[in-house]
Amino acid sequence: MKLFRKSPWIIHYDGASCNGCDIEVLACLTPRYDVERLGIINTGNPKHADILLITGYINEQSQPVVRTIYEQMPDPKVVVAVGICASSGGIFRDCYNTKGGVDSTIPVDVYVPGCAARPESIIDGVVQALDILERKRAEMKARRRAKAPAPVTAPAAEVAPS
Amino acid sequence: MNLTHRILAGFLFIALAPILAGLLAGLDRIVSARMQGRIGPPLLQPFYDLFKLFQKERIAVNRSGHFFLLGYLLFTIIAGVEFFTGGDLLITIFALALASVFFVLGAFAAGSPYSHIGAERELIQIMASEPMLLMVAMGFYVATGSFQIGAIYAQPTPLIATLPGMFLGLIYILTIKLRKSPFDLSTSHHAHQEIVKGITTEFAGPYLAIIELAHWYETVLLLGLLYLFFAPWPLLAIAALIVVYFLEILADNTNARLYWQWVLRASWTFTAIVGAGNLIILHYINRGGTP
Amino acid sequence: MHLPLFLIFFPLALAGLLAVVGGSATARSALAKIGSGVVAAGALALYWTTLHRDAQFFALNESGLSPAILGVEILVTIVMLTIALRGRQVLITLLVLAQAALMGMVEFGGHAHPRVAAPLFVDSFSVIMALIIGVVGGLIVWHAVGYMPHYHHHESAVADRQRSFFASIFLFLGAMFALVFANHLGWLFLAWEVTTLCSYLLIGYSRTPEAVRNAFLALRLNLIGGVAFAGAILYLVRTGGSLALNEIIASGQGAVLIPVALICFAGLTKAAQMPFSSWLLGAMVAPSPVSALLHSSTMVKAGVYVFVRFAPILQNTTVGFIFALVGATTFLFASCIAISQSNAKRVLAYSTIANLGLIVTCASVGNAQAVWAAILLIIFHAVAKALLFLAVGSAEHSIGSRDIEDMEGLISRRPKTALAILIGIAGMFLAPFGMLVSKWAAIEALMKSNPLLPVAVAFGSSATLFFWSKWMGKILSTVKGPPPSHGPVSMQEKNAMFFLSALTVGLCAIWPYISSASVKPFLIAHYGTFVEFNRATILIMSIMLALIAALPLSLLYKGDDKLRITTPYLGGANVLERDLFTPSIGLTKPVAIRNYYLTEFFGERRLSRVGYGASLALLVVLTVVVST
Repeated sequence: MKLFRKSPWIIHYDGASCNGCDIEVLACLTPRYDVERLGIINTGNPKHADILLITGYINEQSQPVVRTIYEQMPDPKVVVAVGICASSGGIFRDCYNTKGGVDSTIPVDVYVPGCAARPESIIDGVVQALDILERKRAEMKARRRAKAPAPVTAPAAEVAPS
Repeated sequence: MNLTHRILAGFLFIALAPILAGLLAGLDRIVSARMQGRIGPPLLQPFYDLFKLFQKERIAVNRSGHFFLLGYLLFTIIAGVEFFTGGDLLITIFALALASVFFVLGAFAAGSPYSHIGAERELIQIMASEPMLLMVAMGFYVATGSFQIGAIYAQPTPLIATLPGMFLGLIYILTIKLRKSPFDLSTSHHAHQEIVKGITTEFAGPYLAIIELAHWYETVLLLGLLYLFFAPWPLLAIAALIVVYFLEILADNTNARLYWQWVLRASWTFTAIVGAGNLIILHYINRGGTP
Repeated sequence: MHLPLFLIFFPLALAGLLAVVGGSATARSALAKIGSGVVAAGALALYWTTLHRDAQFFALNESGLSPAILGVEILVTIVMLTIALRGRQVLITLLVLAQAALMGMVEFGGHAHPRVAAPLFVDSFSVIMALIIGVVGGLIVWHAVGYMPHYHHHESAVADRQRSFFASIFLFLGAMFALVFANHLGWLFLAWEVTTLCSYLLIGYSRTPEAVRNAFLALRLNLIGGVAFAGAILYLVRTGGSLALNEIIASGQGAVLIPVALICFAGLTKAAQMPFSSWLLGAMVAPSPVSALLHSSTMVKAGVYVFVRFAPILQNTTVGFIFALVGATTFLFASCIAISQSNAKRVLAYSTIANLGLIVTCASVGNAQAVWAAILLIIFHAVAKALLFLAVGSAEHSIGSRDIEDMEGLISRRPKTALAILIGIAGMFLAPFGMLVSKWAAIEALMKSNPLLPVAVAFGSSATLFFWSKWMGKILSTVKGPPPSHGPVSMQEKNAMFFLSALTVGLCAIWPYISSASVKPFLIAHYGTFVEFNRATILIMSIMLALIAALPLSLLYKGDDKLRITTPYLGGANVLERDLFTPSIGLTKPVAIRNYYLTEFFGERRLSRVGYGASLALLVVLTVVVST
């Protein structure tokens, strides 16, 4: 049974965003979108989460935090960059303090473009992440069977259609 | 009950309690969602979550945490088995307290500020609810002359008639035990958590699953305790359980979390009044009957 | 007959010897070691020789001995008077004089001095007490041999008076044995006064102003009880009653209720019940072995000893019920106050007061099951609390503090001492361990009296769960604390802690045996009934104990290569090291975790006032009840 598809728990982190995308992320929890239908829970704790949902670009301040949070998540885990800032740095790309999109710091699996990203596309991005989650789970299982060490880098990123 | 029945009851509890509590949790989430104008997850969602957690990578902040969680699960099950095999109610309560202490120690041992706060708050919750559990046992003793659950279960008249205060008090602390608002200080099942995930913060994957499983066993045990009040009339008992659980969900969805001061003060005051009051009245009635 | 006399006089002789040659460290430690071994062996021998035998009464030539007893009594009075006068303690002087006047009226008041044919006796309860005094006391003395040099190493300002220390300890042990073997109430009273005196000497050991003040406080409060005790003896003599313990107990409730109430009042002061509990807290200035020996496992038990002795008299009386309420009040309030304390010894002191309260409650209710619970509480409490005091004392020397907050991560810093503390704490409140067995019986027994009592026990127990758990949590917490400390822990300290830990755990396995071998005969003799334990309950308790013992084995499981160790969650703001984080303005700060003390609810001053007020009111009611 593909359990990860049915029970994706999310931690939502705001790298450095204008809060536009954050509001859209939270909108997904409202009765109109009700992501709990898909078993999605917003945990607020990396140790319980399967999916790291990041809004906003990465800067000096947020970079170590994003790294720590990613490190503290148990495998299998996927990263979804929500909004154009998280995907590439957006309009802040050339600012003095900007490191770039989320992939400047940790491997990203799904990019959800938009400014702000619409709840529909956020949900779509998460659903796409679920397949990757299942694949990573399968790889983890195979690795464990083969007793191989975990790969250093994550698999290639995929892009959600806008 | 003879020995075979007892052993059978014990095994049935171990096998069926998680299924029952899991379904209840699924129902809980659906009803909660409906109360909030949402559709909510599938009924089997708690099982999906549990099995998923078991498949996750094992991470921990130290190598001893799982030891305490093992104790938590083990002694919750022992408390349940003691209860459903018709054993001693006080031992059941003590075993449950022992299990909770294991859980709390696991969180303390993690040495993280969030789980530490959760552990302290969990202790406050235990302190708030423990007297009522003991008083329920005392109430059963005054009414039936025994702490043996077998004897309490076999009463011909429902105990709710003589122990209404105990029942009210038990419902009150059930909110604490089920981790429902307004008493979900240490952790809750909801997304809103200003102290991250409280006592469970440092437990991930399979360890979190163990905690959830133990919580399910505990839930069934507590519902069993409620059942005892109506034991001779099973249909009424089940109806009462449904109503009580519905009220818990309603309270959960209509209340904000309280300060710990409020939780402690309110629980001790309320349970002292209804619990001790019921005991004393019953004591003097019994005395009047047989001087 | 020889063994009880030996147990009384051997420590006394040793005390004398120590007072003479105790100046040399080698002689002192050798004598103390031999002494502790001999009293423990003597107590065990007494146990073997009296097993399955009825109470034995030893007829002595009392009239021949009474001048000697009188001489000692006068000596004790003179010593106390000297202490009071030199300390300019008006109240103590008055109390000593009052006591002397009362006893003078007994001796020379023109009443026919009642003869006690058998002034000494041994029954299964005194054997239990003797075992506690001999074995637990012996282990504590053994610990002290290693502990005291370290004590003086740490407290360099305190004058080294170890000679008088060990002499007082052995004097105390002798008096304590005399107290539990005495059938003559006058002799019991003499032993009682000697223990009070020893307590005074040992609390004031360091001679700091605080210690001196607290020593006088202890003396003052205990002397109030002493005056009541003397009053009881005078009452018995004047009314032509007997002074033999067994005859008083056999004489039925109506005749002796007043003297029994007076003696039990004395028991309240000795067992540090509210409103007299303050002296036990003050007594914590004494070195840890003293706290372990006098102020938790033996001397304060003398207070509850008289309650258990007189339980058949107190049973179903208003007087007994009021005493039970005093005990329940003390249990509830002392347990709650302990939550607000961070000083480990004060927590232990409050817990001791609370548990003595529970014993007083059980004994005052006085039915067979309650007395059973009381006796088992005495046993379990003596062992676990002695262990805790000794372990906290040793921990204090190795980490330089007795504050619970400073014990953070003790499990990795001093694993063995930490384990001893954990076992002791578990023994105090966790399920399959001893105290819970007796608490279980206590709740059922108290239900038969009045539901108010077990309700107080329920609330009090919940409070104990809180403060013990958070202490355990502190010890287990793995925040990277200060580097491992290497303060020395002597061989003797290790031995004593090891044996007491083993005893704490072992008792949980063998209590059904103790119950049937030693407690049952006592109950049969006084009540004719004995409530057998449900076998299924014993079974489930044993299973739980076995599981707890087996659980640590799971730590040996080394297949943990799949386990990834990560940092604790700190909002993602961890800095490389696990115990550092970056707060809002970009500094680096260490994580600091503190326990909850809930002073808003369980503040010492506030609750003490309420507790003292309630218990004082109860004592006023008691006075009214007794005098009408």
